[in-house]
Amino acid sequence: LAKSCPGQETVTLYLRGVALRGRRPRPAPPSTSPPPASTSHPIKQEDNLTETRLVSHSQITRLYSRFTSLDKGENGTLSREDFQRIPELAINPLGDRIINAFFPEGEDQVNFRGFMRILAHFRPIEDNEKKSVAVSEPLNSRTNKLLFAFRLYDLDRDDKISREELLQVLRMMVGVNISDDQLGSIADRTIQEADTNGDNSISFNEFIKVLEKVDVEQKMSIRFLH
Amino acid sequence: MSLSLFLSQHGSRMTAQWTLSLLLSACLFRASCSAPAIPRPPRSLHPVRGFNNSGGSLSVDLPMALRVFSVDYHHVQAPFEIVLWIMLASLAKLGFHWSGRLPAVVPESCLLIMVGLLVGGVIYGVRHSAPPTLSADAFFLFLLPPIVLDAGYFLPGRLFFENLGTILWYAVVGTLWNVLGIGLSLYSLCLLAPGSLGDISLLHCLLFGSLIAAVDPVAVLSVFQEMHVNEQLRILVFGESLLNDAVTVVLYKLFESFLRMPSVSGLDVLLGGCRVLVVGMGGLFVGLFFGLIAALTSRFTSGAQVIAPLFVFLYSYLSYLTSEMLHLSGIMAIVTCAVTMKQYVEANVSERSNTSIQYFLKMWSSVSETLIFIFLGVSTIQDVHMWSWPFVCSTLLLCLVWRATGVLLLTAVVNKLRRNTVTFRDQFIIAYGGLRGAICFSLVFLIDDFPKKRLFITTTIVVILFTVFVQGMTIKPLVELLDVKKEKGALPSVSEEIHSRLIDHLLAGIEDVVGYWGQHYWKDRFDQFNVKYLRRILIREDHQACSSILRVYQELERQEQRGDEDVPPPISVLIKGTQTAAYSRHTLHQDAGTRKPLHRHQSLEERSTINTQVGLFSSKMSTKH
Repeated sequence: LAKSCPGQETVTLYLRGVALRGRRPRPAPPSTSPPPASTSHPIKQEDNLTETRLVSHSQITRLYSRFTSLDKGENGTLSREDFQRIPELAINPLGDRIINAFFPEGEDQVNFRGFMRILAHFRPIEDNEKKSVAVSEPLNSRTNKLLFAFRLYDLDRDDKISREELLQVLRMMVGVNISDDQLGSIADRTIQEADTNGDNSISFNEFIKVLEKVDVEQKMSIRFLH
Repeated sequence: MSLSLFLSQHGSRMTAQWTLSLLLSACLFRASCSAPAIPRPPRSLHPVRGFNNSGGSLSVDLPMALRVFSVDYHHVQAPFEIVLWIMLASLAKLGFHWSGRLPAVVPESCLLIMVGLLVGGVIYGVRHSAPPTLSADAFFLFLLPPIVLDAGYFLPGRLFFENLGTILWYAVVGTLWNVLGIGLSLYSLCLLAPGSLGDISLLHCLLFGSLIAAVDPVAVLSVFQEMHVNEQLRILVFGESLLNDAVTVVLYKLFESFLRMPSVSGLDVLLGGCRVLVVGMGGLFVGLFFGLIAALTSRFTSGAQVIAPLFVFLYSYLSYLTSEMLHLSGIMAIVTCAVTMKQYVEANVSERSNTSIQYFLKMWSSVSETLIFIFLGVSTIQDVHMWSWPFVCSTLLLCLVWRATGVLLLTAVVNKLRRNTVTFRDQFIIAYGGLRGAICFSLVFLIDDFPKKRLFITTTIVVILFTVFVQGMTIKPLVELLDVKKEKGALPSVSEEIHSRLIDHLLAGIEDVVGYWGQHYWKDRFDQFNVKYLRRILIREDHQACSSILRVYQELERQEQRGDEDVPPPISVLIKGTQTAAYSRHTLHQDAGTRKPLHRHQSLEERSTINTQVGLFSSKMSTKH
């Protein structure tokens, strides 16, 4: 899903991705005060969608309160420092890349809409959703989940994981005391296992193929977003 | 003699095996009954020749000359008979697998029980008295621990802990539901038929319910290992059968002690509830304690690598015995011990010791299981069976009904909280796969004597035979019919490992961002604790290394060097040789292409983020280059 979609469409797309089993819309007003920034009024958007039974109010408000608790500057957006303040994320080997994934290309701030959009990838897939033919693929489909993971490797967005990109990630995950030779061999083997067209890098389709036996829908879901 | 000639003329190998087994059993009973039959020569007549007078010896009676040949069976009777039984069990097993088609249709447990029935019948026919039965002590102290240890050692740890909540829910609440349901229903039945069943009190019914309701790990293992259902289903059924031991043991002992007490008050019931907790957690802590000590001991075994496997067995068995001594749950102790010490022991001991450990575990558990089933068959042939149609039939029916309703209700509740729901098909298999086995059998023998005890024994035997035969034989076709999700049977690769790790880190990070203390968060925390403290203390310095990615990679390299990569393993090995091959008793020796899966479930849990040494591995790498 390209990030260059115009605003309204983006909102609908990601909110559909966040949509839950239809619950009765709650008529109560939002429990948190709307953000002072003018760029997003997520609660008001949700009100529209709540009427059409797509979104649960409590989920949005819960995540919004988390957003505001992270937002120390209180300007309605998160910066990279806000993320880095999360202690466990700092120890995570892939912490920086995960943080980067939240920020759209070239920007340093992410608003609540963007925050939700990224988190929408990790919603569990409902059984009935699997059967329904969606107009556009929801954000939490298997392909989109895999694309998210793929983009953690592929920093330069050329839709290929090159050997260097793989080596970087390997080094981050495996630790410091393994020699470069060994790491190189592992990277070579990984590419060799996946590469079918011989270009010495892993394309997105090859990536999908390698992980076809892994239960990505379940591994990459967080129940909290259910 | 003529019988074997006759059979061999028909050229059937299997019947030759059967004959051999029968002959063995014939020797067995003859040996066991021959000893007391021989008249003892009176001691007083031969004062000087000391060695011709041991009781039961057969000898040529030349008072003055030296005995050239004598048979002294009595001296070796006990070990000899034990060995003969084990031999019978093993030959029977060989026979089944030789026949090819039969194990596919009939599960091994059924075949073994049938052999046991046969042998028991032969013994009864010749001796006209009941054949030896399985003593409860022998079962609980010698036959059960190896099986549970094997199960615990090869437990897919990650899957188990991910589903732990559901498993505990089924094990504790489900067992309680079953026990109370069956007990109370049976009591109401006894009230309705006061003529024949009038003297069975409520407590007796509850006691009976407590022992018949429990799903048996041995039976479940032996049936499920031949079906290749998806891992989640398998771990749910299997985990439940392991963990419900705590509840079963407590309830059984509780009702037994209630029976001995003159009156039961509400306080006693409450204390009983507390006991469940104590028994379960106590078993857990005993297991943890011994597991950690075993891990620590294995750190220092570099000098005497040959006996390193011994420590694994000794400590596990010790944990089992200790918790049995303290009236805690032995099964939980031994499983916890195995799960705890596994990763450290594997890192510490040499590769050969690891292989030895795995082989011995498989061997012992295999022998145990076979013996258990054969004895189940033999013990069915009893002198006196008390039969009561209403009681037996209603017990059977109630077991099925209560289990089905229990599973349905519990799953409906737990599905709301789970990440991936348990489907209806899976639920059906869980309910249908609740097999009863030798634990019920031993427990029923341990009941204090009362007029209807024989009825209980008969009913238990019928229920066990029904579940093992009918449910055991039909579950496989049902799995096919219902199209239950099968296991994936994939050979792991370095790519998968790397990407899976990436996803793990990613999800842990997302959980941190969202502030949700979910599965990944706790796993992460445990991993950090593990690496920081536990691994440092419990693992040898030069073995501290190993990121799991590196380990998987090296395993693959090792296989390549051995040349196994060129020959794709046959499909049966592929299927059996995956991560869940642990449950398969017979294919460990075919694991040429599948050694890695034995590491896999453990490697997925590890993460090495601190400075580590890789001396051992870099030397291996340098030899390769």
